[in-house]
Amino acid sequence: MSENGQGSIAALLGRKIGMTRVYDDKGTVVPVTVIEAGPNVVTQVKTEDGKDGYNAIQLGFEDAKERRTSKPIVGHCKKTGQTTPKKFFREVRLTAKSPLTAGATLDVDTFETIKYVDVTGISKGKGFQGVMKRWNFGGQPGSHGTERKHRSPGGIGGGQGTRGHGRAIRLGKKMSGHLGDEKVTARNLFLVSVDKEKHLLLVRGTVPGANGGILFIRQAKTVVNNTK
Amino acid sequence: MSKNALMAHVEAKHIKANPPQFDVGDIVDVHQRIVEGDKERIQIFSGTVIMVKGDGINTNFTVRRIVNNEGVERIFPLHSPKIEKLEVKRKSRVRRAKLYYLRERTGKATRLKEGDPIVVGEQTQAPAAPATPAAPVAETKPAEGTK
Repeated sequence: MSENGQGSIAALLGRKIGMTRVYDDKGTVVPVTVIEAGPNVVTQVKTEDGKDGYNAIQLGFEDAKERRTSKPIVGHCKKTGQTTPKKFFREVRLTAKSPLTAGATLDVDTFETIKYVDVTGISKGKGFQGVMKRWNFGGQPGSHGTERKHRSPGGIGGGQGTRGHGRAIRLGKKMSGHLGDEKVTARNLFLVSVDKEKHLLLVRGTVPGANGGILFIRQAKTVVNNTK
Repeated sequence: MSKNALMAHVEAKHIKANPPQFDVGDIVDVHQRIVEGDKERIQIFSGTVIMVKGDGINTNFTVRRIVNNEGVERIFPLHSPKIEKLEVKRKSRVRRAKLYYLRERTGKATRLKEGDPIVVGEQTQAPAAPATPAAPVAETKPAEGTK
């Protein structure tokens, strides 16, 4: 159920479990990230001709305690016939009307025929970092008279003659500051295997965020022939 | 949410049910499956096991031998399906978990005394003991502290 006029795409919310290694059928070691994906519930279906004006489905993941959830969310989930509200939601834009109805359950089956996935998560926060770690600057020489500024950015422009920007530091100049704890998408990761029994996806390589973090997994956007 | 249980579940499929049993210091023949084009053959690498490290699916071991007067070491993943078989040719009486000192030695000095590894602690381990893959490392390690 992957490519039928983009009325449905493979997409799920899940949790990062951790990394390990597995062997492929040739016996080669493959580093993988284990993701517990779904089951997700479709909590809302938006249609172009409805009041929303566009096609999308909203996914809900993990049960939340009703008394710890706000009443609007409880009501929103109850509308679809759920007994418990969900903790995490994510909308998936579609180019055609979804065949699903609110209340439907999605699990890793949706990825059965998919070869490559994009994984979105919140990267690990690194705090206030210098320019070498944050932007991969080269820093200053270790010797030849350099004192106490081996990791500094060097000149940042400004003054006269910065090509029309005189006396001003260019907007968006790469400087030190907060690194990490932002939304990051790792694209075109190879989907090594799908475990239906435990709702697991094994994705080759690394995925943003810490173990236990919430991830959004969808079929790769840019891969043309993305079926097995 | 038992994260570790899920990890174990994934790894269980790739861990050998009966991994080859051997200790550091053993002289072994590693039978490795090599695929050349569409043909498959077995290559044997024989030498001394100088270390075992990692645990579970991450267990690796290093085999050292001398080829044309040049020391050659190969690192094998214990659970790799490419490792068809591992034969223990001879056990050695060693007092260390890692035999890095063999790298500085040549000729007769690289010989190891025959016997079982010296294990300090309660149990003297029989070579055929049904231990976890990591067990040889864990059990021979205390030997280092006795010196």
